[in-house]
Formats: sequence, structure tokens, C-alpha cells
Amino acid sequence: MSIAAADVRAWIGDFASTIAEHRQELVRLDTAIGDGDHGTNMDRGMKAAVEKLEATDGDDIGALLKTVGMALVSKVGGAAGPLYGTLFLQMGTASAGKPELDLAGWTAALDAGVQGVKARGKAELEDKTMLDALLPAVDALKAGSDLGDALRASADAARAGMEATIPLEARKGRASYLGPRSIGHQDPGATSAQLLLQTAADRFG
Amino acid sequence: MSVKTMKKLINAPDAVVREALEGMEAAHGDLIKVNYDPAYIVRADAPVQGKVGIISGGGSGHEPMHGGFVGRGMLDAACPGEVFTSPTPDQMLEATKAVDGGAGVLHIVKNYTGDVLNFEMAADLAKGEGIEVEAVVTNDDVAVEDSLYTAGRRGVGITVIAEKICGAAAEEGQSLAQVAELCRKVNGQGRSMGMALTPCTTPGSGEPSFTLADDEMEIGIGIHGEPGRHREPLAPASAIVERLATAIVEDLPYESGDRVLAFVNGMGGTPLIELYIVYRELKNFLDQRGITIERNLIGNYITSLEMAGCSITLLKLDDDLVRLWDAPVDTPALHRA
Repeated sequence: MSIAAADVRAWIGDFASTIAEHRQELVRLDTAIGDGDHGTNMDRGMKAAVEKLEATDGDDIGALLKTVGMALVSKVGGAAGPLYGTLFLQMGTASAGKPELDLAGWTAALDAGVQGVKARGKAELEDKTMLDALLPAVDALKAGSDLGDALRASADAARAGMEATIPLEARKGRASYLGPRSIGHQDPGATSAQLLLQTAADRFG
Repeated sequence: MSVKTMKKLINAPDAVVREALEGMEAAHGDLIKVNYDPAYIVRADAPVQGKVGIISGGGSGHEPMHGGFVGRGMLDAACPGEVFTSPTPDQMLEATKAVDGGAGVLHIVKNYTGDVLNFEMAADLAKGEGIEVEAVVTNDDVAVEDSLYTAGRRGVGITVIAEKICGAAAEEGQSLAQVAELCRKVNGQGRSMGMALTPCTTPGSGEPSFTLADDEMEIGIGIHGEPGRHREPLAPASAIVERLATAIVEDLPYESGDRVLAFVNGMGGTPLIELYIVYRELKNFLDQRGITIERNLIGNYITSLEMAGCSITLLKLDDDLVRLWDAPVDTPALHRA
């Protein structure tokens, strides 16, 4: 079993509609510990990404992911723009020229993307950021042997990581300005990242 | 979404930034031009050959910062993001190219994760196109405890002062390295702190950014409607000023014999009559400590939409900084012949 370019296109569409559905929830989470724009910004960015993707031909998964990354960099703003943009740009670089991805290919792509996010944001696990969902998801993929099972395990790991941000005190981003008052709130970036991996599991698994 | 609770003089939430830019261009076409895709405001005579270009940018909702400070003697361009959202690297790259007169471009960046990340990506892109870029990150907000384990102090009021002083230096013909060093000096000698009486509502969310009871205030707020560090019972202006000014003065510290520029800034919803009361209290506070206010700025310059409240910024002055502060400036929001 593998992931084809058409599946990647469909996944991006799924993620865009999932973000639109969860827009208000993301705004609410971000209003609690940030500035309340995460849902609005991601929705605007993913709508632009879907438009750009529709205007892009071919089955080079790397090129498709880079198109998504550039759309996010130029349309999202905030911290999420460069971070999600870097995620997709690095995933694209890691899968350049490939018309399909097996488990190893998908794992390598996501790993490259997540390492890019880590470098750009200078954040670590348990800083209460999107990495708290992404890093455990990559670990789960690396431990897997069947594509479908590994994707579901990565989505579950992302969910656990997302929920684990609730008791954390934020050490990066605008939430860190709140100090201990950031405790008790789920991180909006980890929430959107969990949605990304859940839609991947639902689409590719 | 409780749109019915949002009372704003707008046409549509999604059109706020664009329509405000169109109004600004219509009002100030003699000073500025507006590019819409990607969005940036640039001084009408850009690029000025041989002069260091200075750009800044940030989320919208802080007007007049930064677009109101574009013009001779201050910024060459400003990149407006969505409300309270950092602008994007494509805007910053195009603005950098538009103001590059061959002497390089300074990016003045407020320390917010989004602004810093987007400006970093833009600087990489501009350097790739052969433009010399230096970036200085402002971080003057003493309400944030500085720590290796957080995003660090926010950039607030000193950004306005740095834009004015660096703009004057660039106009004098100082080099990119000199203007960048000056910007670091102003940031290093400046400190700020703010407070809010009410939250604000972004057009996109339609909800207040936090809730405060009628008898409460929020101390240590930023400029994006984010809650502050302490919620307290409302107090008289004298007590509020003492609270803010003490934190500022003790942090640098500012000491007896120091000369300062005092900037009393309104958050958008506080009238000038109250800001003058704040200035009165600040003057008394500094007089008692032997600190002399040599220059001042009072008004709504770095705002949070309709938030009521104020911030205080102090900058330790020397003769060089006084001269640059006094130099002519001609922008929509600051003008001195």
C-alpha cells in the first residue's frame, strides 16, 4: 500500500475543510492563550493552498507539497505561516520527484518537515507548541511496519501529545508571555497539527 | 459567532485592512504610496538613492504604527499584516526591494514570534537577491520576565521612538551598520510597560480578547489584546502610573541625573485628557527621582484597536539622540518641520 499524488491532493483538500470546520474552535483556543487569530489565519492559508494546488499539474508529490508550503508562507502570517510553510516546504524537498510514497517515504518526508519546524521555531518538546503533536507522531511512524497502522498510530500519538499540552506552561510564542496563566489550556498549534495528522490517517490509512 | 455584540465602523470584517489602506492612500497620497499585492506602504519618493532604507511591519490594528510613520525622516516602507497578525515574507521582500537605494535596508522588528520568523525568512530572500539587510529586534516591555525559556520581552513603545531616531540618522546619510547600531542603542536604553481598562475585539473573531469586570484592570498587557500578567482592582491614575513607572525605572535602571524622553501612549480607546493626567503623574514621579524629561510624546501611536488603557515608555537620552529626535519628520502621523 502506498500514497499516490492524487491522495496527497485529496488530503490537502481534507485538511482545508477540516480547518474550516474547526475554525472557531481554533480561534477560541488561541484567544485563551494567544491573540485569537490561529483559526482565521489557517483557514485563509489552506483555502489559498487548495486554489494553488488546483492550478498545479503533475504527480510530483514534492512539487505539490512545496506549492502548499509557499501558499501558506505568503497567506497565513503570524507564527503559523512560517512554521506550517516550512513543514510543507521541507516535506516537499524530502519527497521531490516522487509520484508515490510508501511508509518509509512518508515517514522521511514528515520527519524532514518536523525537523524544519523545530529549527525555524527553535522549540523543543513540551514547550507547548505544535511540536508536541508532531514529534510523537514522527516517532510513532518510525516504529510502524504497516502504512495504515502506522498512520493511525501517528494520529493517536499526535492526539495524546496535543492533550498533553493542557497542563504545560508555554515557553515559546505569544502564550509564553502569560507564564503560569498558560497552564490549563490546550495549545492551538498542537490542535491544528493533530488535525493534519488525523486527516492523513483518515485519507491514506 | 456573536457578531451582534461587535460594534465597529466597518463594512466587512475581511475587508478592514484593505479598505483602511485605500483610505490612507487617498488621504496622504503626497507622502505615501500603497502597493496592494503584496501589501506595503512606501514613501512617495522611494527609493531614495544612497540612503539606508528602513522598513518595519507588523499586524494591523496598531494604527498609526507602522504605516502612519512612513515618510521623510522616518520609515521608507511599512508592511501591514492582517489584524494582530504578522505580515508575510513576500510583502517584506517586495518592500525591501522598493526602498533599496543601494545603501542597504534595515528591518525594525518587534519581538513577537510571528514577526521575527517572517522577517527572518524575508531577510534570507532579500540577501538571496543581493540586497544588504540588517535586522534589529525591539524588546522593551518590562512586563515580560526575560528568560531563555520564553519568547522573550515584547517589542512595544520603543519601536516608534527607534523608527523616528533611525529615520533621522538614515536621512543624515549614516551607513547601514551605523543606523542598525543606533537602533540597538535606542532599544537598549528604552523600557516600556502597559495596562488596560478594557479588552479589544478583532474584526475577525468578533469576541473580546479577554474579559474584565467593571472594577478590574489588567497590568502588563501587550498590544495584541493578549491578557496581561496581573489582574487587579481599578486604582487612581497616580497609583497606576507609579506601578508602571516603578517597574520601568528599576529595570534599566534610570537614575537621578538621567535625561529621558517620556512617551505616554494611548491604547486606542483612551482620550487625550486622561493621557495628560498620566503624563502629569509621570512627571511628578520622575521629578521625585531626579530624572529630567527633556522630550515627550503624548498620544495614541501604538494602539490595540479600541482598547482603553495606556503604556509608558522611557528612553535615556544623550545629545546625539536629542538631535536626531528633533530632526525634521514628515509622515501622516508624526510631523515636525
